[in-house]
Amino acid sequence: MKISRMRLKGLVLKEFLQIWRDPSSLAIAFVLPVFLLLLFGYGVSLDAKHVPIGWVIEKTTPTSSSFMAAFGHSEYFENHQYSNMAEAERAMQYRKINAIIHLRSDFNRQVFKQNSPAIQVIVDGIDANTARLVSGYIQGTWFEWLNHLAIIKGIPLSQTVGIQQRIWYNSQVLSKNFLVPGLIAVIMTLIGALLTAMVMAREWERGTLEAMIATPVNLIEVLLGKLIPYFILGMGGMLLSIGMAVFLFEVPLRGSLWLLLLCGVLFLLVALGMGLLISIVAKNQFVAGQIAIIVTFLPAFILSGFIFDIGSMPEVVQGFTFLIAARYFVAILQTLFLSGDV
Amino acid sequence: MTANRPLPLDFQHVSKTFSIEKRTVEALKQLSLTIEENSVTALVGPDGAGKTTLLRLAAGLYLPNTGQIRIFGYDTRQYSDQIHVMIGYMPQRFGLYEDLTVAENLNLYADLHHVSMADRQYRFDDLMVMTGLSAFTDRLAGKLSGGMKQKLGLACTLLSEPRLLLLDEPSVGVDPVSRRELWRIIQHQVKQKGTTVLLSTAYMDEAERCDKVVLVDDGEILAQDTPEHFKAHLSGHCFRLQHTRLTHRQLQSRLHAFEDIIDSIIQGESVRVVCRQTKLPDFPADIAEHLKISPAEAGLEDAFISLLRRRHPTTPQPPLQLNHINSKNHALDVIRVEQVDRWFGQFQAVKKLNFSVKRGEIFGLLGANGAGKTTTFRMLCGLLPVSNGQLSVAGVDLRTAAAKARAKIGYMSQKFSLYANLSVQQNLDFFSSAYGLKNQRRKQRIQWAVEQFDLKKDLNSNSGDLPLGYKQRLAMACALMHEPEILFLDEPTSGVDPLARREFWARTNQLAANGVTVLVTTHFMEEAEYCDRLVIMVQGEVLMTGSPAEIKQQAITAECPEPTMEQAFIHLVEKNQS
Repeated sequence: MKISRMRLKGLVLKEFLQIWRDPSSLAIAFVLPVFLLLLFGYGVSLDAKHVPIGWVIEKTTPTSSSFMAAFGHSEYFENHQYSNMAEAERAMQYRKINAIIHLRSDFNRQVFKQNSPAIQVIVDGIDANTARLVSGYIQGTWFEWLNHLAIIKGIPLSQTVGIQQRIWYNSQVLSKNFLVPGLIAVIMTLIGALLTAMVMAREWERGTLEAMIATPVNLIEVLLGKLIPYFILGMGGMLLSIGMAVFLFEVPLRGSLWLLLLCGVLFLLVALGMGLLISIVAKNQFVAGQIAIIVTFLPAFILSGFIFDIGSMPEVVQGFTFLIAARYFVAILQTLFLSGDV
Repeated sequence: MTANRPLPLDFQHVSKTFSIEKRTVEALKQLSLTIEENSVTALVGPDGAGKTTLLRLAAGLYLPNTGQIRIFGYDTRQYSDQIHVMIGYMPQRFGLYEDLTVAENLNLYADLHHVSMADRQYRFDDLMVMTGLSAFTDRLAGKLSGGMKQKLGLACTLLSEPRLLLLDEPSVGVDPVSRRELWRIIQHQVKQKGTTVLLSTAYMDEAERCDKVVLVDDGEILAQDTPEHFKAHLSGHCFRLQHTRLTHRQLQSRLHAFEDIIDSIIQGESVRVVCRQTKLPDFPADIAEHLKISPAEAGLEDAFISLLRRRHPTTPQPPLQLNHINSKNHALDVIRVEQVDRWFGQFQAVKKLNFSVKRGEIFGLLGANGAGKTTTFRMLCGLLPVSNGQLSVAGVDLRTAAAKARAKIGYMSQKFSLYANLSVQQNLDFFSSAYGLKNQRRKQRIQWAVEQFDLKKDLNSNSGDLPLGYKQRLAMACALMHEPEILFLDEPTSGVDPLARREFWARTNQLAANGVTVLVTTHFMEEAEYCDRLVIMVQGEVLMTGSPAEIKQQAITAECPEPTMEQAFIHLVEKNQS
């Protein structure tokens, strides 16, 4: 089959004009990516900050005040004091606070006399993710404070081991730093698979494909005529996302940009292929959209490690993620952005 | 023409089957057909006869299961590239990109057909002048009227100057004026460029303009001949009857009893019949005495109806069992429309509309797409408020009591608003409950519908799988569930084959005879003849109100002493424009 440049040019031009005039494809190609980036960049945060903590201190001493002040200084916590446990528990029930720190009257003695001093911490476990973070933070602050105390007062704290935390790759532990790069995979799936499947289904629906096939156009030209415009659009989406990630959200790009683009090209071709495959089965836009969302968009969202850690999924689901192309791309994106070429 | 010159189209024993959800459908059965060069051939036949399949096979979009198809000597199995260069194919919905402009659509098809830049300009100019689209080259195709879309579709197909032109129902839903222009273009191509044309159509007057007519039914060719020969078979078989004592509707229902009468339709004030012999059957004295008989010319449709009837012998329909409508208010005008306007933003869809409809009348709204028929309908049904003016239906002002009026209305829409994936029984159940019928009465009405509309054997099949004629029957049964006084029918027969159309109008006539008022929209001009009175609408305005005879009367000119409804319509529109 010989490819005619004139026919291909005509088809590509037509596709661009259609994209430009159709508000829904413009929305999927440009508005939705920007919206998702802003939402995930600014709105969604998996970090716990300014967590309200309820304090019940049975006997106020300089030591207990110093301990509470250690929390007050941290940007992770917000202190609220209650006079007794019942009150604090009620506050927790109304979700005013996420955790209760209970210092008994023997707190002072515990700290200075005991080998392994203990405090009571109650954490609201409804949101497991936040609960884990909060309890970790509290523990960290507790150890730090004990260390601090030991240094100042020269009291030996034989049992406590000092921890010096070093967080690599994402030293500020900002969730946007791994969400935003991962989002690029989702956006490219959206343009590559969802949009392509839908515009192909539209050609079936409106009977334009029928008229086109009856012209001397051949199969390869029809396919290229669809692939080229959406490839360009997808790469545009990727550049837009990278630009927003680096300049707006200040996500560090430590790896090579060229390597990133090369991987993007590969992933985009996969997404486009899936989109065209879907359009074989689904000949109307509604069905095509539904299938594309279920088999490409949602897996790219949920099973790619973009938000949810693959390691903590059940093994069956973990095995399933190996089938999702986005999984590999998300890993590549996060690596290239945050840790560089490895 | 030399014998060794290959024919433009040559089908030899072609079969094509499709499997739809485990069922195998035989679309074409061992069909053979040849077409002479530089001729125009029409494919006619009932819905689902296989016309579209035949055209798609000819265009090389499908391949035959068995048999051979050659286009100018090239087999479609091997030489699809060569064939696509020689043909122009226009599918049913014209294949236009609605979000591209007229010029962009033309450029796209010119690219696809490899029309060189040098040729392009003068061919564009040529086609734009021919189609009258020169002023609209920057308009989006989706914003064109139906007639303009169809002409643009044709222009895109003609760009490559194809030797064989394949058109699938090119004039469905297009107004008469545009249809006439379309034919002018086709005939120009045939005469000037030597093009061969094969088209499918539901309009008999179009088939009559062709060199050859092929009647397809159930995947086979039932007959093929010149229009003249088709008609010659029936010359002397057709009569126009009028009765001094009986109304035309009463007369028609009496005529059903005679086996020798193949077909009868209402035409204006009279009944037009086609007989098996060249004479009328012996009528009993009460009919014969007061009968006025005049011979009528045989039409193409008569020929097809009689051929199709012979093949599908239908048991004569039992007359509908209806409760005669005797409403308490005997106001003569059941529907009254006074000075009604309707605006959609800046666009005035309906302008100063005035008409009234009497009880038991069949009243038609005629006009092209976009003339405001559907808008008018939706206002009358209380689905859309009027912008200005007065509207009363069944004695109720729609502005104050739309719901009360709606209880007296039955509505059947263009697309037969049935639930396609519910069975016939479930649809009947649903619509009866939607109309608030309960218990015994509901049971009675459903049984009535099943019996009267002959739905028993299809009760459990999905209504989406029914043939169009059956769907229409079911839709009508649903609309009549609550015994409405007024029935609104919006394009009830579009796309429905002639046999089903006959059946539909027979039922509608019976309804009217029983006092049901029927309001119907149509763009089939011959159907206007079935109406007692009608209005002709163009761009939201009424051009004329009157009986079919009156409307034809105004169009009588020296060169056209006996105008058809279609000619009368075109005459009115042209008079209005000048």
